[in-house]
Amino acid sequence: MDDIERTFREAHGQAVATLTRLFGDITLAEDAVQDAFVSALRRWPRDGVPDNPAGWIVATARNRAVDVVRRGRRGRELTEQLATDRLRVESATGPDDSGPMSDDQLRLIFTCCHPAIRVEHQVALTLRLIAGLTPAEVASAFLVSEATMLKRLVRAKSKVKAAHISYRVPDDAELPGRLRAVLSVLYLIYNAGADDVDRCDLRVEAIRLTRGLVTLLPGEPEAVGLLALMLLSDARMPSRGNGTHVVLLKDQNRSLWDRSLISTGQALVLACMRRRRLGPFQLQAAIQALHCAAPRYEDTDWSAIVRFYDRLLAVMPTAVVALNRAVAVAETDGPEAALALLDGVAGELDGYPLLHASRGSMLERLGRPHEAVQAYDRAAALARTDADISFLTHRSSHVTVDLDGSTGALS
Amino acid sequence: MNQYLLAVYDVEGQAAGVPSTAEEMQAFMGRVIALEEEMDRAGAFAFGGALHGPDAATVVSGGTGLDKVTTDGPFVEAKEHIGGFYIINAEDLDEALSWANKVVEAINHPIEVRPFRATGRVEAGD
Repeated sequence: MDDIERTFREAHGQAVATLTRLFGDITLAEDAVQDAFVSALRRWPRDGVPDNPAGWIVATARNRAVDVVRRGRRGRELTEQLATDRLRVESATGPDDSGPMSDDQLRLIFTCCHPAIRVEHQVALTLRLIAGLTPAEVASAFLVSEATMLKRLVRAKSKVKAAHISYRVPDDAELPGRLRAVLSVLYLIYNAGADDVDRCDLRVEAIRLTRGLVTLLPGEPEAVGLLALMLLSDARMPSRGNGTHVVLLKDQNRSLWDRSLISTGQALVLACMRRRRLGPFQLQAAIQALHCAAPRYEDTDWSAIVRFYDRLLAVMPTAVVALNRAVAVAETDGPEAALALLDGVAGELDGYPLLHASRGSMLERLGRPHEAVQAYDRAAALARTDADISFLTHRSSHVTVDLDGSTGALS
Repeated sequence: MNQYLLAVYDVEGQAAGVPSTAEEMQAFMGRVIALEEEMDRAGAFAFGGALHGPDAATVVSGGTGLDKVTTDGPFVEAKEHIGGFYIINAEDLDEALSWANKVVEAINHPIEVRPFRATGRVEAGD
């Protein structure tokens, strides 16, 4: 991404959020910011990039929006009112662009992630309006066409407008629940970037926005937990096979892990522990911190990990958490105990490839090759990425080698 | 100030939460009266009412013959139908949703919240 694109992406989020606060209309804000970008493309190469590019975009877009509103019906009263109460408090250059997120963006992200909007629309709005991705970029993040994404964005924005979803940070009573929705959206964005090496900029955006939330809402430990979780996951990214093939945790080359990200993530986890308000994201981060703390796979403190999974399951009793806990239990209590736990969630997770892959691994360790092959094959049939499919097919065929009496590569 | 429709849905054959004894009915009425008073005090209550069931509904639509204009029964044959509704004044969706939550608590039925696009009489030139 070149400098001007990066500047535009960062300025877009800030400018749309500020204009939305001033004019109360997302579509007007977006159009005005788009016009400001067009002016910037014309003027910056000639006059040079201004010292505060985001401020320049906000100021230009604001003038543009005032013109649009003035032309409309009742526009004169509205602009006069805006001029007296709100525009005056803005500095001449607009807000500075030093922080990862402005107060206006914080307000707008709660709008984008309002529970009255369906989750995939929340993600799309957040990527477009807060992260500043172009509709084409948002579309590719979702693996849908640009036309489909444009329609989805229009529908989501018209719901915001028609239902009068507010632009504000929720009050203290609502904040925990509403923040959870925002954090979940950011984690979905992060994971979309972690699953696909071509979309790694989604990880960068998710981390940038989560960092912004942590700065603006320092009293919310779950935001800190999510940031730690993302950093610890990012630290291990270089050892995960670059998206071309799967490398299991036990086979990862730990010297490739990013030590500085790990120590930042672990420090955040420790700070969370001291606050003693552990929610789901903090507990998941704590588990990752324990994995990162082990110099070798054999050194992993599995009983501590299982204890954190117990607590996670208590606050987030989902089948996926139960599955992950079962995989950890295999290391403390053996594959038979783990298999029994996996079978307990098999009905609910039948369409989930990781369930079958984990069952395959336990069955293989228990010396039940026929069932292991079946489980791996089922996992391969459900898997979505080429890397996962080839990994699972390989595992399945190596179990078959065992059947012939040869020594299996995985044993 | 904006206006929202809070549509109260009845699900056919579902008796959960429906008062069955005189005491339950009294408690139910007490909750509804208290809630409506609260809405009134907050300036949120615009209108509210309970409807007869879909059996009492008649559909009027355009047609070629006179017999096609009115038909007995509801417009959509479904297990779920609107049992009653409120029209409330609220600043934004969050405020409307918080009233909807209170209605759900009082009567234990699902509520659909819909914003009005326009209210009042249509005036020329608007």
